[in-house]
Amino acid sequence: MASVREIKRRIKSVKNIAQVTRAMQMVAASKMRRAQEQALASRPYAAKAWEILLHLSSQYGAVDLLHPLLRQREQVNHVAIIMVTSDKGLAGAYNGNMIRKVSRFMRQNNVEDASLITVGRKGRDFMVRYGRKVVAEFTDLPAQPTLLDSLPIARIALDGFLTGEFDEVYLAYTDFINTLTQEPVVRMLLPIKPGNIESKVMSEYLGQETTMVKADYIYEPNAETLLDTLLPRFTELQIYQALVEAFASEHSARMVAMRNATENAKELIGDLTLSYNKARQEAITKEMLDIAGGAEALAQA
Amino acid sequence: MATLRLEVITVERKLIDEEVNMVVAPGSEGVLGILPRHAALLTALTYGELVVKRDGQPDEFLAISGGFMEVQPGHVVVLADAAERAEEIDLERAEAARKRAEELLAQAKKSDVDFTRIEASLRRSLTRLKVGRRRAEKRFAPQRSDYERMQ
Repeated sequence: MASVREIKRRIKSVKNIAQVTRAMQMVAASKMRRAQEQALASRPYAAKAWEILLHLSSQYGAVDLLHPLLRQREQVNHVAIIMVTSDKGLAGAYNGNMIRKVSRFMRQNNVEDASLITVGRKGRDFMVRYGRKVVAEFTDLPAQPTLLDSLPIARIALDGFLTGEFDEVYLAYTDFINTLTQEPVVRMLLPIKPGNIESKVMSEYLGQETTMVKADYIYEPNAETLLDTLLPRFTELQIYQALVEAFASEHSARMVAMRNATENAKELIGDLTLSYNKARQEAITKEMLDIAGGAEALAQA
Repeated sequence: MATLRLEVITVERKLIDEEVNMVVAPGSEGVLGILPRHAALLTALTYGELVVKRDGQPDEFLAISGGFMEVQPGHVVVLADAAERAEEIDLERAEAARKRAEELLAQAKKSDVDFTRIEASLRRSLTRLKVGRRRAEKRFAPQRSDYERMQ
């Protein structure tokens, strides 16, 4: 059994760890709350943008021919994936789940040569290590991203799609469902398919509210120009929302991971305290035996 | 007097959701004044100021940089790329941004890819300055801005 002093030292170090993980848990919790609020705040805008998009595209029969961003390519040769992970680790299985999801997606759809646009250091590191084609990377995004932060990402996706470099662009991020559940998802970003509301959350939100009457609208300047400005905007918005959702997921994953770490540390402290007391007791007993033995020897002499 | 419901929404927040008497917005084809019972309209917006008029109250000014506006007879929704209340605009920062943009613009070539971007940021800062100065003109005490309340 380890010496008393050694156990004491270990207890101290585990206590320190518990303190650190508890602090990280608190930080993650407050960041998560903010990120969650941000995710909610973008929904009214997104819902209205969807409505306008649906309305504009319903004015025409063949949506496909309306705008290049709506057009499905007959043959899909090259695919791009925007993958959102975190810069920092210590977030439980958060990054691992995302990476696994994307890897499986690439394998199943036979697009292992897909161009990757990575957000966050963890995803980039993994993909670079495995020799995947990382065409762009974004790291060190601010804790509360603004729409401005999503613009460069959207630019790459839009330019690549319009020049024909990519035939399809997917968006992979972690959907925030609640504090305990986050779900990695891969969904199509481009071409845009109106009427195909893939986001679970968005469809729930949209269901309640459809104020857009089937009235005849005056378009200024005209429907085509409006669509032309709306569609890229819409792509930016989707990326922004993905970022915010992913951030909320990251922080809640980290919070849960750190809470577990703190609990484990506490358990360890309990075990160690027990061994410490045992060792102490043992030392005392041994000493007493020595004394008793010594006294006995003296008495017999 | 008849009212219409005005909503001003950006990606990051909802700035306004209330009954007002008139809205003046910077449409892409020119400035539009919207009164209650306006015909249904869908328009793009450009950089400029959005004026909100309410009975018996001073006009409220917002700096808008691009977006969309949907008008229904009793309801106006403004989807703005970015929007700020006059009270929230930091005039010094806006002025610094204008100077910077002007300098960059002087250097950039017309053909430059950045040219349009810089021009846009110049227009944005000019709008913010214009709207921000509105506040200085007002004689009553400015309202506490959303931003301060959030702190």
